[in-house]
Formats: sequence, structure tokens, C-alpha cells
Amino acid sequence: MLLIYSNAESWAGLSAEQREGLGRSHQELTRELTEHGLLVSAAGLADPITTRTVSVRDDGLTTTDGPYAEAKEHLAGFYLVECETIDEAIGYAARMPDAQYLAVEVRPVMEMSGLEM
Amino acid sequence: MSDFELLLREQAPQVLSALVRHYGHFDLAEEAVQEALLAAAQQWPGEGVPDNPKGWLIRVGSRRLMDLLRSDTARRRREENAANLAAPEEFVAQGPEIDDLGGRDDTLTLLFLCCHPALSAASQIALTLRAVGGLTTAQIAAAFLVPETTMAQRISRAKRSIKQAGSTFELPPEAERDARMGAVLHVLYLIFNEGYTASSGTDLHSAELTTEAIRLVRGVRRLLPDDGEVAGLLALMLLTDARRPARTDADGGLIPLADQDRSLWNKAAIVEGEALVTDALSRSQLGPYQVQAAIAAVHDTAERAEDTDWPQIVALYQVLEQLSDNPMVTLNHAVAVAMASGPKEGLALLEPLEADGRLADHHRLEAVRAHLLEMSGDLVGARESYLLAARRTTSVPERAYLTAKADRLGS
Repeated sequence: MLLIYSNAESWAGLSAEQREGLGRSHQELTRELTEHGLLVSAAGLADPITTRTVSVRDDGLTTTDGPYAEAKEHLAGFYLVECETIDEAIGYAARMPDAQYLAVEVRPVMEMSGLEM
Repeated sequence: MSDFELLLREQAPQVLSALVRHYGHFDLAEEAVQEALLAAAQQWPGEGVPDNPKGWLIRVGSRRLMDLLRSDTARRRREENAANLAAPEEFVAQGPEIDDLGGRDDTLTLLFLCCHPALSAASQIALTLRAVGGLTTAQIAAAFLVPETTMAQRISRAKRSIKQAGSTFELPPEAERDARMGAVLHVLYLIFNEGYTASSGTDLHSAELTTEAIRLVRGVRRLLPDDGEVAGLLALMLLTDARRPARTDADGGLIPLADQDRSLWNKAAIVEGEALVTDALSRSQLGPYQVQAAIAAVHDTAERAEDTDWPQIVALYQVLEQLSDNPMVTLNHAVAVAMASGPKEGLALLEPLEADGRLADHHRLEAVRAHLLEMSGDLVGARESYLLAARRTTSVPERAYLTAKADRLGS
């Protein structure tokens, strides 16, 4: 799972040209991953202003506006790709312009399978 | 799998071989066969299976292939504006009837083609399952838990790569054949493992892959009855799969070998696997699959876990280490040594693995260390290692198992 992080400041600081380049890079990467049969899913997430955080305590449900983590940075989008090694995934993460502007996090996904230890 | 589906899957590689041998165009022929299989799946249940199912599939597949060749030629002509291309009629001239296969079985050639070195392992697996196994793209996608479009892309890319590599439909030259055979067996082994490791829990789709891998390697064995490694791989699969009914609990949790209810093991598969590997070891050149099968046979024929002949397993791991440079083998060797001679000897074997980049951060190394520390009485160290191993694994059942082991050792 490739998690793209952003913050409002860095997004606002981009020129129109940079934003266009960002979109183009993601289109190209998505096309390449699709052609290689590696892309499981990918999406950009709506602005954090639209986020609702849900918690259930003592059977009571509460929702608050905004992301759970109180940080400037927020999750802006993700790719789920099938890679043989973590280095291959790091290679794809490094091609996202977001890795220059802020950071992209690479994390393995848990599987429902295993060996008889 | 129904008899009907099995029949189609058995015909698939032979129909495809016939079309490719006759017309070439592996990529389009493969598509045509898939469509013929789908047509059969739709028509036969209602109209009954024809007298000569293979002939029926070849006829329908040929017709479809010609349609595909025509549209492909037309498309290319438009694209390239090349007036001198052969007319489609000429291009796909009606050859002699190809119902008669002359008794040849080209399945092996087909396997070599699907396991072409130009392809990634994932593509080799997908293409083999489709072209040789006769599975649909949807079935393969479901088994690997990826969207169908992803799997379709992987398969068509694999077909394109084969075309670009300029491969023809013939057995690779003698000099290359051994290496390519190694790739074929490896792909079948990967298919089996994908099914076996994922057969816990509720994931029924993947369990079918073990059955499919066993069916395919049985087919290869029919073609190469004297190959010791083919026999060894079949034996290894049977002896491993025999334990499947006992390896998970009702909740899908993993049960280690030592704690499994051995009365649930599949006796027939164990008898067949043991006979296969014993025969292969006595008359073929030794290879890693035979040795791994022999190790599995030692486990499977112990009535109780404590009856396991660990010294023999240690000896077999020593042989295996000479045959293959694989740190995972050393890791299993260390466990066997600990069981045969005590945990200190086993722990000593782990030391060089910590410097091996292939395994240093692997959860299996930490899990084995935890197990051996527990055996040696270092419960605090064992607990720490179990917890670290639990954090490193990406498998949900393994994490549950390792966490439970740590919990049992207290805090």
C-alpha cells in the first residue's frame, strides 16, 4: 500500500504547472501499473475538510469533523499494488511527485494466510 | 470441481497446442481457446457433450481464431497502411483438418512457453493456469484476490512478451531444456504454495489452486515418467497437502505440525507420496524436490510428533543445503538440529543467518529464535522474540499464533 501524504500548505504552494505535472505523473503511473497487471486499486481522497471521524464508546456513537490524527499532514490518496519486493514498491513511490513535495509511505498489507509454523 | 469442468480443463492445453502448432499466433490462439471453452460451458450442459469433445473444441477454436486473425490483419493494415500484406484469406488459408492430433501431446511445449524466462513469476503463473490449466481469467483473479481487469492485463501482457521474444512453438534446445524445466517445476510449486498457504480461514478459492497444481504436475509426470524431480515435486505436494485437514482450527488459526491431530491427515496421499519419493530416490539423479519430499515423508509417517526421526531430518537438510543455497533451508535445518541435539546447537546455526540480508529482518528467523530460546529455558528472551516476530509478519494467522505464544510466556 502506497500512502500519499500532503498538507494544505504544500498543496497551496504548488504552481498551476506543478499541479498539472502532478496529475499527469499519476495518470502515467496508473497506466503503467495497469498495463503491468500490478494495480489492485488506487484513489485520491477528498479534501480533509470533508472527513468525519467516527468513534463508538459505551455504545454511544460520536462523529467529529476532520481527520483523527491532529497533524498538519493528512492522507491524500493511496495505491494498492502487487509487488514482488518492498524495493519494487519503493521504486513506484519514488516516482510520485508527492514524494518530492511531502512524503509517500510504503506499507505491506496483512494477508489472511500463513504457514504451519 | 465438476466432472464437466475437469473435462474442459483437461482438453484446454491439447486444443491450444493443436491450434498453435497449426496456425502459430500463440496470443490469439489462446484467446480463441478460451472462447471455445466458454462456448462449451454454455452449450454442453443443455445439448450434451459431443462424441468427440476435443474435435468440437478445436473446430470452434479454429473458427474463432480465423475471425481474430482477420480482424487483427485488418486492424494492422489500417494502422500500418501496408498494401502489400497478404490477403486475410491467404493468411488464414484453410489447412487440413486438424482434429487428428497424431497422438502428439504438446502440453510440455506449452508449459515451456508459458514459463518463458522473459516473463515475471507472477505472469508465468497466470499464463500457465490459463493456457495449460484451462482456468478462466475470472477464476485466476479470484484465487489471487486481485480484480479481474488486473489479471486480464497481466495475462495479455505475458502473451505480448512471448510474442516480442519471438518464441516459436517448439521445445527449447536440449542445452536449455534443463534450466527451463526447472522454471516449469518452480511455477507449479509456486501455484501449489499460493493455494496451500492461503487455504486457511474462509478462503476457499485459493484451496483449489493446490488441487490444480497437483493435477498439472501429474500431467507433467505422465509425459516424463522417469524424471526424478517431477516425481519428487508431485510427492512433495501430496505429502504436504495430506496435512491440510489438520493444519487450521475452526477459526482459521494455524496449528503447528507438532500439535496437529494426525488422524485427520490424508492417508492415501501420504502412501502415494512416500512410494513416489522412495522410488525416485532409488533410481534418479538427486534433486531438491526429492529431498524436500523425503523430509515431508519423515514427518508424515511419524505416528506421533514425538516419534519424529529428527536425526534423519537433520541428515536430509544437510543434503538439501548442498543442493541449494537458500537461507530458509538453513533455518529449517537449525530447527531440526535443535530437536535432535538440543536448542544450543540449533541457536548456533542461526548466527550466520543474522548477517544474511535475505533473512536478517524476516519474521521466520525471529520466530525460530523464539522457539529455540523457549526450548532452552530463556523465557524472557523467547517472549521478546515472539513479539518481534509477530510485529514483523504480514500474515494475520501467523501474527495471532506468535502473539498467543508470547502471551503464554507471561509478562
